[in-house]
Amino acid sequence: MSPDKMGDLASAPRGTAHPASETPGGQRGSAAALGTRILRHGAYEMLGMLRNGEQLVLAIVLPLLALVALVVTPVLDAYGPGRIDVAAPGVLALCTMSTAFTGQGIATGFDRRYGVLRFLSTTPLGRSGLILGKAVAVAGVLTVQLLVVGGAAVLLGWSPDPGGIVAAAILLLLGSAAFTALGLLVAGTLRPEATLAVTNLLWILLAAAGGVIIPAQSLPEAVQTFVSALPSAALGDGLRSALIEGAFDPLACLVLLGWAALASLAAIRWFKWS
Amino acid sequence: MIEGLIKDFGPIGSLDGRMMRVLDGVSLSAEHGAVTVLLGANGAGKTTTLECAQGLQRADAGTVRLLGEDPYRATPRLRARVGVMLQEGGLPPSVRPLALLRHVASMYRSPLPVDLLAERLGIDEFGAVSIRRLSGGQRQRLALACALVGRPDVVFLDEPSAGLDPQSRTIVFDLVNELRADGLAVVLTTHLLDDAQRLADYVYIVDGGRTVAEGTVAELTADTDTAGPRELSFETIPGLALPDDLLPHLQQSEPEPGRYVLRGSLTARDVELLARWWAGRGVMPSAISMAPRSLEDVFLDISGRSLR
Repeated sequence: MSPDKMGDLASAPRGTAHPASETPGGQRGSAAALGTRILRHGAYEMLGMLRNGEQLVLAIVLPLLALVALVVTPVLDAYGPGRIDVAAPGVLALCTMSTAFTGQGIATGFDRRYGVLRFLSTTPLGRSGLILGKAVAVAGVLTVQLLVVGGAAVLLGWSPDPGGIVAAAILLLLGSAAFTALGLLVAGTLRPEATLAVTNLLWILLAAAGGVIIPAQSLPEAVQTFVSALPSAALGDGLRSALIEGAFDPLACLVLLGWAALASLAAIRWFKWS
Repeated sequence: MIEGLIKDFGPIGSLDGRMMRVLDGVSLSAEHGAVTVLLGANGAGKTTTLECAQGLQRADAGTVRLLGEDPYRATPRLRARVGVMLQEGGLPPSVRPLALLRHVASMYRSPLPVDLLAERLGIDEFGAVSIRRLSGGQRQRLALACALVGRPDVVFLDEPSAGLDPQSRTIVFDLVNELRADGLAVVLTTHLLDDAQRLADYVYIVDGGRTVAEGTVAELTADTDTAGPRELSFETIPGLALPDDLLPHLQQSEPEPGRYVLRGSLTARDVELLARWWAGRGVMPSAISMAPRSLEDVFLDISGRSLR
């Protein structure tokens, strides 16, 4: 490299002590705007999630397999008019759990192990920007999932009740918030290997018996009340009410809001950055 | 600027749930246009001190001021003026080096040109493989680039020379010298005396969670109490046994047959005693040399421990 180029790099365009011509476009040591930082970090984490093979399996492939399996088998025949109409809302709830809880939790757990959270918190992004960026990334990946998995469901004959679309959007938003906060709570308190095990295990358990795919009311009576209070059931049953009957379920929203608030408070209290 | 910094870790199970005092009165300040070095053995408290200064940890007592503000409550505006290189790097293993550097740069309004910085630190040579495949020296250079890309006024470098091959070391040290010339306040930690001797404008020796000595390298090695040369060596016939009571305050050794080394605080009187003893035994050395007090001697005197 030529000496004058090195000069460019090391020259001191700080304040007024040096000619402004050395620093086209601005001053040294200044942060990008808050919204810009959050969106850029969201896009960066979203690309990271979409490029990761395991995460793609979890976010796209497994939900698609679940969708097809639920349509070709009679599992859901007792719960509604057509298999696909009952299956699709549940699979969208499953997508939310995949991305916000399991995928995001595992990524955050390993970033914490490698000191990535600590390093990024020393940049202008800061801790709050880091968390908000993760929320943006979750929302972005969920949008891709809605397009791919929802599109596949439409191809399979799904016709959601248009009257329930707004309610479904609100439920998905609250569900992402609740599961993102829960994922952060696990990732910030356990070792990454334990986070990997716990978030995957819970994903399977909740998918099978947490009211995600199969309505909570169809479970044995002894566990119904308990399962209905879980965020998975609130999201799954709420989405089914909205997209099958066009009904808004305020109780489901309250349950999700409660989990989001509790998990956020717990994460703020117990999250360890290193 | 740090004054009377105290930091406790814990509660620690192996101490029956008591707290462990990691920092017990660290005081230091760093100037713009200078390289301030925290020198100490591993576990002395250097990293914890830096983390308190960076706002990654909160001090339990004492004052920490970074560019006049409390780093633990740093605003994005303050963070944009401070570049940080963590000891383990804090680099995500699955990301490619140039992608990471671009992302970090995107957090700033007018960052350094990424390509220029990458070329300067040789990152472009390995910019497209994932970080997990990089060598220690390559990771160190990338972490340094991430610390510098926002054009900070202050940089904290935690063990910047760890794992560097000689070529990377030269690149990194040249850059640190440029940062100083550029008016930045550079604060770095090291357990290597050579780093301190080559880079430091001002050295704080950290031991047992305290800053135990400070000064320029010249000041530290010219401490008035123990001024003068610290090592005398001479060559003559092998197998000469100096009596123990002749110079009892000096360490004696014969590292190779016929070469003798005396270490410690030397005075003219010691040299006189030695010459008399030579004369009494009919010995005339073929070579005599003395070496000045080194930073290592200072460190040994203060901490009783040796560094590399």
